Amino acid sequence: MLTPEEWTAVRLSLQVAFWATVWSLPPGILVAFILSRLHFPGRGLFDGLIHLPLVLPRVVVGYLLLLLLGARGTFGFYLNEWFGIRLIFSTAGATVAAAVVSFPLTVNAIRLSLDAVDKGLETAARTLGASRLDVFFSITLPLMLPGILSGTLISLASALGEFGATITFVSNVEGVTRTIPLAIYSATSMPDGDDIALRLTIVSIVLALGALLLAEFADRRIRVVLGRI
Amino acid sequence: MIEIDVALTRSTSFKLEARFTAPDRGVTALFGRSGAGKSTIIYMVAGTVRPDRGRIQIGDAVFFDAATRTELPMEQRRVGYVFQDSRLFPHMKVETNLRYGERRAKEKRISFDAVVGMLGIGHLLSRRPHTLSGGERQRVAIGRALLAQPRLLLMDEPLAALDEQRKAEILPYLERLRDELKLPILYVSHSLEEVLRLSDMIVAMADGGVVAAGSVSQVMSRPEMLPIVGRFDLGTILDCTVKAHDPDFALSTLAFADGELRVPLVDLPLGTPARARIRSRDVALSLSRPMDVSVTNRLAGTVADIRREEGPYADVGVDLGHAVLRSLVTKESVARLALEPGMPVWVMIKAVAVDSRSPLFDAPAPGATLPEPANPPKVSPPQTPSLRLVGADTPSRGNG
Repeated sequence: MLTPEEWTAVRLSLQVAFWATVWSLPPGILVAFILSRLHFPGRGLFDGLIHLPLVLPRVVVGYLLLLLLGARGTFGFYLNEWFGIRLIFSTAGATVAAAVVSFPLTVNAIRLSLDAVDKGLETAARTLGASRLDVFFSITLPLMLPGILSGTLISLASALGEFGATITFVSNVEGVTRTIPLAIYSATSMPDGDDIALRLTIVSIVLALGALLLAEFADRRIRVVLGRI
Repeated sequence: MIEIDVALTRSTSFKLEARFTAPDRGVTALFGRSGAGKSTIIYMVAGTVRPDRGRIQIGDAVFFDAATRTELPMEQRRVGYVFQDSRLFPHMKVETNLRYGERRAKEKRISFDAVVGMLGIGHLLSRRPHTLSGGERQRVAIGRALLAQPRLLLMDEPLAALDEQRKAEILPYLERLRDELKLPILYVSHSLEEVLRLSDMIVAMADGGVVAAGSVSQVMSRPEMLPIVGRFDLGTILDCTVKAHDPDFALSTLAFADGELRVPLVDLPLGTPARARIRSRDVALSLSRPMDVSVTNRLAGTVADIRREEGPYADVGVDLGHAVLRSLVTKESVARLALEPGMPVWVMIKAVAVDSRSPLFDAPAPGATLPEPANPPKVSPPQTPSLRLVGADTPSRGNG
């Protein structure tokens, strides 16, 4: 089976992917809502900025994170000065890198489902005495569930596979930032690393397949509840 | 009192300027062709469209007043809005849908059990909206609107998306609603049949303005209604009561202010109000008392006015004492009989003509059942106690 170092990489990967997803979901829903429902000057630019990590090379994203959040970065300096938070060479930094890279994908998935929510239902809810916030939580959010689910899975998958931004921003530190992709990368440059790389590859495939099956199951349940089947 | 005085300019092609008042009880129909602005009025009352200027007041509640910059938020207006497409929440069961507005209402005058009983939806409570038929869905939507404890009901073509059979299924429920609730109902429709059957008052609209407003019998004989209902549907509405039945000849006698009408047997108990619709084209005139003619109904009156219209038509109003009956004849007949306002005339109405066109009598008789392909619901008006308006201090009761 796996060696302790490999287990560490798997655990670290799951941990990073989990927290990256958890932290990016609420802002993802908010940004999706803004892009789907609000019209304001500069909306196009905002949309572009959100999607930038998707089209930039990952190494560039990592380097930008370093410039912004590194120890001497624009925000990183104050982050350290005021809160004592250091992101580089840390698991938290790896989580940030994974979250930033997967964010546009999460937003897109949620936004698609939000676009599909019938605004007539929201109007109906308001005439029945529900405030805007009440309508969001009682009508809009439940009807967005398929999109939130697929957003979550896309976020998890993309965070599990994140490589370029992570290695550029927080480097490849065993037990701290060395997730599965980084561990495989390291293994391929070691003389006897082929077995490690192969085992971690199998773990990756199992994780991805499991996530897909789970998604399929959950999606079906949600659709039944929403009356779409 | 419902007071509406609104103006809205959407584009060069759509301008709305409407002003009318409606009573606190009964059904006021907003009637007109599509694009006349009927629905826009409803949107403004509900709060989804803001008028450019004007005022909307329902009872003591000012919903909108441009002069004082008052605009009540949608959720505080308490309008029970029934949409054409029901708009039930797909992720909730029927019962949760019904209780959505009820849970958010402060006072609970209309009880859950009463609404469920009145609409006959007790057997649907645990179902999901997508498993319901169109008619069932619309009944649940009406119940949901009622349970939000509204101060008025807004119904925007609630039957338009349904086929004839479903319409017939729902109409009796709407009549119960009208008769048993002390709620004003604004009812948008382009169907003359529905309007004549349900409404007490008509606000006729065309091109974003009010063409005529008043009681059904007043409005329907107005010349302004011609473009809205068309020449062959224009006529007189007489509010009658059922006076006698003659089973031998299968005829009924309806009494109205100026006399009686014999019509084909009406399946309504004696003493019940009935609305007789007499199309102008079914009314003939005679200078002398018609003796040996087959026409059953002969009434004496005086010519009130003569409107000479395009083509061969002349629309003659005959004053019967209280009601004015309209008769569509040819200009040639007017000339031949030398008709003038003030002349005494006899009007002749074939009994058969009153019957077949009168929407009131097309209704399924009470107790009749209609075939229903799936999940046969009770079509006859349900045998439940009439809707109770419980006191505000009475807590709402459990599920049905």
